[in-house]
Formats: sequence, C-alpha cells, structure tokens
Amino acid sequence: MMSTYYAGLFADVGILLLGALSVYIILATGQLSLGNAGFMGIGAYLASYLTVELHWPVTAALLVSAVAAAAIGIVVGFPALRLKGIYLAMATLGFGEMVRSFFLVFEPMGGSGGYRGMPHITLGYIWLWAGGILLLVLVLERSRLWLEMRAVHDDETAAGLVGLNTTAVKIGAFGFGAAVAAICGGLFAHHYVYIEPSNFGFERSIDFVLAVILGGSTVGAGAVIGALLLVLLPEWLRFLVDWRLAAFGGLLILVLLTRRQGILDRTLIARLTFQRRPA
Amino acid sequence: MLLQQLVNGLTLGAVYTLIALSFSLVMGILSILNLAIGELFMLGGYLGFALIAAHLPLPIALVGGMLGAAVMGIVIEKVAYQPLRDAPLITPMLSTLGFSIILQNVVTNVWGSDPLQLPSELFDTRIPLGPINVGVMQLVVIGVAVVLVAAVAFLIQKTSAGRALRAVAENRDVARLLGVSAGRVTMLAFAISGALAGAAGVLISLHYAAITPYIGVDTGLKAIAVMIIGGTTRVWGALLAGPLIGIAEVLTIAYGGSQARDLVVYGLMILILLLRPQGLLGGSRSDVGQRV
Repeated sequence: MMSTYYAGLFADVGILLLGALSVYIILATGQLSLGNAGFMGIGAYLASYLTVELHWPVTAALLVSAVAAAAIGIVVGFPALRLKGIYLAMATLGFGEMVRSFFLVFEPMGGSGGYRGMPHITLGYIWLWAGGILLLVLVLERSRLWLEMRAVHDDETAAGLVGLNTTAVKIGAFGFGAAVAAICGGLFAHHYVYIEPSNFGFERSIDFVLAVILGGSTVGAGAVIGALLLVLLPEWLRFLVDWRLAAFGGLLILVLLTRRQGILDRTLIARLTFQRRPA
Repeated sequence: MLLQQLVNGLTLGAVYTLIALSFSLVMGILSILNLAIGELFMLGGYLGFALIAAHLPLPIALVGGMLGAAVMGIVIEKVAYQPLRDAPLITPMLSTLGFSIILQNVVTNVWGSDPLQLPSELFDTRIPLGPINVGVMQLVVIGVAVVLVAAVAFLIQKTSAGRALRAVAENRDVARLLGVSAGRVTMLAFAISGALAGAAGVLISLHYAAITPYIGVDTGLKAIAVMIIGGTTRVWGALLAGPLIGIAEVLTIAYGGSQARDLVVYGLMILILLLRPQGLLGGSRSDVGQRV
C-alpha cells in the first residue's frame, strides 16, 4: 500500500508529465512555448465548470476541454506563424500571462478567490490519462507524421521545398500540445479540487519546459525522467531546509552543463536496452 | 487626480524602461532570454537598500546596487551562458533560470522573506506643483532613469565598445574575423545589462520605500512585455513603451481595479504582436529569430 505522501507525489509526477509532453509535442516542430500553463488554465477552468455547474462526468469534461483548448491553440498558432525562435517564445509567454490575468478578473469562476467544488479523482485515473497520452506520443514518434515534424524542426525552408505543408504541421502541433495541456489542467483541478489563477502562471510553464529539457528533449520518454526529477528532487533536498531551492538551482545548472541534450537521449536508450547503435 | 496618476505611472514606467533595456541588451546581441534579470533587479534593490539603511548617501547606494548586479551578471555569463553558447537557445535560458532560483533563495535567507521598509522620513518631502504633489524620490527615479538611458544610448552609438557590441549583434563570425573579441563583448553586454537591472532595483525600492525577494518575477515579466511593445532592436523603443505601460498600469489600478492591471499590460503586448510584431519602434529584424 502506497503512503498518501507518495501517492500525492506521483499524482504530481503524472500531471507534470502531461504538461511536459504538451511542450515536447510543440518543441518537436522547432517551436518553443513558454505559455502552456495558459492552455492548462483554460482546461482546468473549463473542465471544472462542466463537472461542477453542469454535473458532467470527469472524462467527458476533460475531452471537451481538450477539444476547446486545441481550437484556441490553433487560433493562437496562426498569428504565431509570423514569429520564430525566441520571439515566438516571448509571445506565448504573453499569452500565458494574459490567460492567468483573465481568470484573475473573471468573477463568474471566482476571480482571484479561486474556484472549488470539483469531484476528487484517484491517482490511478490520473495515470490512466498520463500513461495513455505518453503511449500515444511514443506511437506518434514512430510514424511518418513525426518525421515531417522533425523535418520542420530541422529546416523549415527545406521541409517546405520538398512539399511538406509546414503551416499545417506547426499549427497542428500547437493544437495537439494545447489539448494535452488542457487535460493536464483538468486533472490538476480535479486532483487538488481547488484552483486559482496563480496556479497557471509563468513558473508552471517554465516547469514544463524544464522537465522536457532536463529529461531529454529528443525522446518522448525523456519527459518521464524530467517530471520524476522535478517532483522528487526538491523532496530529497528537504534536509537542506532553507537552502533547498539554491541547491536545486545549482543542480539544475550542473545537469545542463554536463548533459545539454538532457539526461535521456537515443544513445543512452540504446545502451540501456542492449541494442546495437544505429549507424 | 489624473495628473497625479500620470506622474506615478511615469515613475513606474522609468523603472520598466531600464529593465526592458537590460533584457534587450542580452537579447539583441545573443538572442537569449536571460531569466535571471528579474533577480538581478531584486538583488540591486536589496544592495541599495542595505547601503541606504547604513546611512550612506543615495548616489553611493545607486552605484553599489549597479556594481553588485553587474558583477553577478558577469558570473552568470561565465557559468551559465559561455559554456552553453553553441547549445540550442533554450538551454542557456534555463541555466540562467537556475541562477534566478539561487539568487532568490539566497536573498530570502539573508534578508528574510518579509518586506523590508525604508525609514519614511527620507520620503516625505513632496513638492506641490499646482494641483499635484510630486515626491522628491519620484523626480530622482525619473531623472536617474533618463540619464542612464542616455548613457547607454551614447555607449552603444558613439564608443568603440558600442560599435563592437553592434558588430557582434549583426554577425558574430564576421565581427570575430575583423578582430572583435566576441567573448569580451558578450561579457560587457551581461555587465551593462546587470548594472541597468541593478539600478532599476535601487530605484524601485526608493519609489515604493519597500522591497521583497519576490519583486523580481512579476516586474521582470512585465519588462519583457515592455521590451516587445517597444521593439527589441532599438533603445528608444523601451523609452517609449516603459512610460506607456507604467501609465496604463497605474490608470487601470486607479479606475479599473488592481486585478485588471496585468490583463491590460499583456493584452497590449499581444495586440502589438498581432498588429506590429517588430514593436512600436522596431526595425525589420524582429521576426527572424534563431531556431530553437
């Protein structure tokens, strides 16, 4: 029997894993999103509204929020096509902050006071979603579509010249990532049964990116390692009391300096599974 | 009343301008977002605070805050940026985030997490100007910001160090071929950027007469919005956008409630990105950022 303490931590890992995957999908097309907490917030608030006010079952509420967030992701993605690299990242940052400040003034859902009353979900339910979507991403990684996404990542102009619809690939990735982030938010809301706008700020978005980069940004499984590390490391550093965060920051820099491609990459996976290295 | 608010907004905007410039110096030359700038701003504020509390004159406190933040900026450049120079853009951005976490933790442990207050007798002098009251400190904040922006503009446009900065921003490899030491230029950019953030920190602690370790996150993000609204490629963009955002924020608090202030700031930022992605005064370079 797992203690409540670890059950809580693993729920956090599952939720963070979904957030990290939402960034990973968008990053696979060469776009960095620093605003996925915004999509998470949209999912959290919409799913909570559906379960609390309209008494929908949680699963249906999650699915509808995912579709709604995907639609918003696509709408946001279109103007974002004009921006590239760090400018796109800053635009998404602005989007995320705007969503957070919108819910801060949105009195029907509690405004700055937060919103409560959601039915509680179990750890197993969270991991059913987290595991399912992880599997979906791992399958996607073996598809032709993924090759197209990586092609856009590596060289957008060349990908366009060989006849790929780069616009559809980039927008589609944004929509898919937004949907995953919304599910992450819906699960977060029904796990903590209380949400407030500050749950969905810049620090959350950066946590997602951090999990992807620390775990390994070239393989989907890296997000699992990253999410585990980001949740468990601060717990393991508890013995440092007041200096815990400084140690965490130091370790973060150290990992980035020693393994800039992230902890997990294809070479490491091949070695761990005793495969021959691909030529 | 409206005039009074305008003066308050102008003071806040002066601080935003300095931090936005601090971001755009590093951004313009290296296209990376230094996420520790918010914390350098906070650190500068605490250093200035400590010097004022030790009864040292204001100019010394200002220089102290600037120096401390500039040195920290150089440390960040050496540890977090230089080794990761050829990594994808996200990696150095996250290592600067590591520094931001460390700085916030250290300052909290040294000075405590409760807000520190400056003795109020320093700040009670107000000059009545017709219908409004201008605090002496507000004039100091605006004055110092204007002087610093002018100094940075002079440095970038007129000095040989500034030419080297612009050359590296334009094309790092060609600049190196022509004998510019790109490493030293990068260090200079981080140092000036740190000094500006530190100065802004000292000024905001004078403006509010109080400071907390968490002031950097919020203000830093808003300064990024100011940088985008003004345009990242020109110094003058921040000079226009800073006061604009400061005034918009203060007016929103006065007439629309304090909860709506962020919505207005980031709404303006998104609007600018949609209508004029290069920013109000930006050139044409803004949408050709490097790939991540």
